[in-house]
Amino acid sequence: MKKHQFEVVVVGAGGAGLMAGLYASQSASTAVISKLYPARSHTGAAQGGIGAALGNLEEDHPAWHTYDTVKGSDYLGDQDAIEFMCEEAPSIVYELEHMGLPFNRTKEGKIAQRPFGGHTNNETGKPVMRACYAADRTGHMILQTLYQQSIKNNVTFYDEFQVMDLIMTEEGVAGVVALEIATGELHVFHAKSVIFATGGWGRVWEITSNAFAYTGDGVAITLRRGIPAQDMEFFQFHPTGIYKMGILITEGVRGEGGILLNGKGERFMEKEGNAPSVKELASRDVVSRAMYLELKEGNGVNGENYLYLDVTPETVNKYAALDGRTNPDGSPFSVTGEEILGKLPDIIDFCETYLGVNPVTQPMPVQPTAHYAMGGIPTDKFGQVIVDKKRKPLPGLFAVGENACVSVHGANRLGTNSLLDLVVFGKHSGMKAAEYAKEADYIPLPDNPTEFVEQQLETLRNAEGEERISDIGTEMKEVMFEHVGVFRVEDGMAQAVEKIRELKARFKNIKLDDQGKKFNMDLLNAWELSNLLDIAEVTAVSALKRKESRGAHARDDYQERNDKKWMKHTLAWLEDGEVKLDYKDVIFTKFEPKKRVY
Amino acid sequence: MQKITLKLFRYNPETDTKPHYDTFELEAEPTDRVLDLMEKVKGYHDGSLSFRRSCAHGVCGSCAMRINGQNMLACKTLVQDLKTSRITVEPILGLSVLKDMIVDMDPFFDSYKKVMPFFVNDEPKPAQERHQSIEDRERFDDTTKCILCGACTTSCPSFWSNDEYIGPAAIVNAHRFIFDSRDKGAAERLQILNDQFGVYRCRTIFNCTVACPREIQITQAIGEVKKAIATGSLD
Repeated sequence: MKKHQFEVVVVGAGGAGLMAGLYASQSASTAVISKLYPARSHTGAAQGGIGAALGNLEEDHPAWHTYDTVKGSDYLGDQDAIEFMCEEAPSIVYELEHMGLPFNRTKEGKIAQRPFGGHTNNETGKPVMRACYAADRTGHMILQTLYQQSIKNNVTFYDEFQVMDLIMTEEGVAGVVALEIATGELHVFHAKSVIFATGGWGRVWEITSNAFAYTGDGVAITLRRGIPAQDMEFFQFHPTGIYKMGILITEGVRGEGGILLNGKGERFMEKEGNAPSVKELASRDVVSRAMYLELKEGNGVNGENYLYLDVTPETVNKYAALDGRTNPDGSPFSVTGEEILGKLPDIIDFCETYLGVNPVTQPMPVQPTAHYAMGGIPTDKFGQVIVDKKRKPLPGLFAVGENACVSVHGANRLGTNSLLDLVVFGKHSGMKAAEYAKEADYIPLPDNPTEFVEQQLETLRNAEGEERISDIGTEMKEVMFEHVGVFRVEDGMAQAVEKIRELKARFKNIKLDDQGKKFNMDLLNAWELSNLLDIAEVTAVSALKRKESRGAHARDDYQERNDKKWMKHTLAWLEDGEVKLDYKDVIFTKFEPKKRVY
Repeated sequence: MQKITLKLFRYNPETDTKPHYDTFELEAEPTDRVLDLMEKVKGYHDGSLSFRRSCAHGVCGSCAMRINGQNMLACKTLVQDLKTSRITVEPILGLSVLKDMIVDMDPFFDSYKKVMPFFVNDEPKPAQERHQSIEDRERFDDTTKCILCGACTTSCPSFWSNDEYIGPAAIVNAHRFIFDSRDKGAAERLQILNDQFGVYRCRTIFNCTVACPREIQITQAIGEVKKAIATGSLD
């Protein structure tokens, strides 16, 4: 066992972890520990843009962004945090530009912006150009830029180290335990502040846009240490994943005028009850539900379980004319194939590679895909972890990015707000963690800090059963996609809970093929699956208990939002294998809940 | 469904004195990714098969491998693209093999870090964004696409013959900043690359350009850097 000491340890090197590392390292000794090389992190897969009311192409205000985000959250977001994020957005986007981020440009040389779902001019209700973008690889550019800046600023990295435990004593947070993947050796990182930035857990579901690495490690680790997970029932299904594969097709396609069509060629988003006003640019929960219902009614293309997303110039121009869409200068909106290619090069590449379809001339077959966790480790707006309904902080522990729940996304996240969340809260948690470390002393390590990890690893290594982890994983993904997906009912969710418990029991009966130390990916994948199983159970139980429909949690048996009973955050603990629930008030500042119509 | 014979390079440093190949007979769809086949082997035949992967759609750069002799991303190569039922997967060349398809990427990242792969501009920052014309932004667009997968550098015979050569990936990342009109570090980067292990090791073989899963015109980018060094001008 090797020991290290840093004032601040950041776990994860995506957008949130890198930003936190950059800021923490300005004033405190800092290590960033990641199971992947930083440039492999899933932030790099984000496509469409980062939201900020720069107003580069038309009137816009942070206050409008705030309202849109509150509304998008189906009023479950904490309004103080949302306002903070949206007010910070323009300055943080300028900061990224100053770091060299290569945004696309307007004719005047400013940062280019495009419309995105749920982002509106609050006076007219029409879509507003708020998403700052770099083609359809904005996340790639953010990840690269922050990694480049980390190199410039000599941030200390531990690449391909799997963090497996948070060290907590009676006195508090004392660091983390990580496994060096190349050697199998355990390392103890003694720290004053720990920041979890491990990303999401879309790998719980069968069809997902998420990377293999998205196994919810941070949430699973903290759950095992008695820290609750908040609002886990709210998981976003992005409307447009490539059929069967789940690979993301950015909402930017619809921002550029792309239209959703059913098998009959109908533009179903304009139907009453869907989103007659902003149509394809409604927020994601609304669009995914509309798609699910079309498919359920048998309106898929060729009788299959997919719909078309059409961004061919003929279709875009036809519907732009019908909608009366105009450019900022008032001229009618129209696009050419070349412009589509210029703005969506990666999407075109994905479709050509995986489908043999050229989106400039053919529609894309799409279906909703598991995409983003609104829930996670509860924090305040500085990333400080809070552990109960009274918002009691746990000093020295921070969480940021997708594994955190501030909550700025509430029951449904707006597109472009995840990249914004990463950098705004990454920055502030990095600063706060360093500030805390400067005042605090190191809490002494326990006698055997690696005990719990060794126990977990031994159990996995020594299991002598006949189950394969791939079978257990596949069954978990299937049941979660079917019953804790876009639409939910009591029976289905109860079945899912039961199935996950059965799978957890079967998990004890696995057998690993690889008994080695070096790069034992078999062992790590098994451990990651144990994380996913814990998260699936917490998600399904949280969902089963919430008897209403709100944002991404849509129930056939309770179709309305019920503010009187359910305007509250779920807190879930995992105690001795049992999920315990409690609830926490939502923070309101300016906006009273209203019916949500797009 | 079709039958595929998948031949995989195997090396376990803890038990093997030298590498060998394992062969698996699999059923596959023509649209399956090579990565899907490897997941199938790992999931249902031999869990000890080790390889890096993450995003599974060609943007994270984890799974560069030699597939039927050519560097590709396993997640971006479909069975039907290979036009054969016999598929051989090996680790990329020129970096030490640590286990199965996993190679030591540290030398690769060390070369990358040598070219100052970060934005340099110490002038006072404006209150808002620095302006840049659409044309100036377009000038370096191609090299912003790099995902640091290493497919280019490890396909380069100059790199195979001497691993001190900084390699195409590092030059691509230098190019991304050298030709960014906002950046002020070009002279220093060009000096770094004007070295016996810098751009002149490139013999214009084009393997890198063929290998790049992001279709970056790498040989052209290297040529532009060579020209900038030779002429002292970025035009």
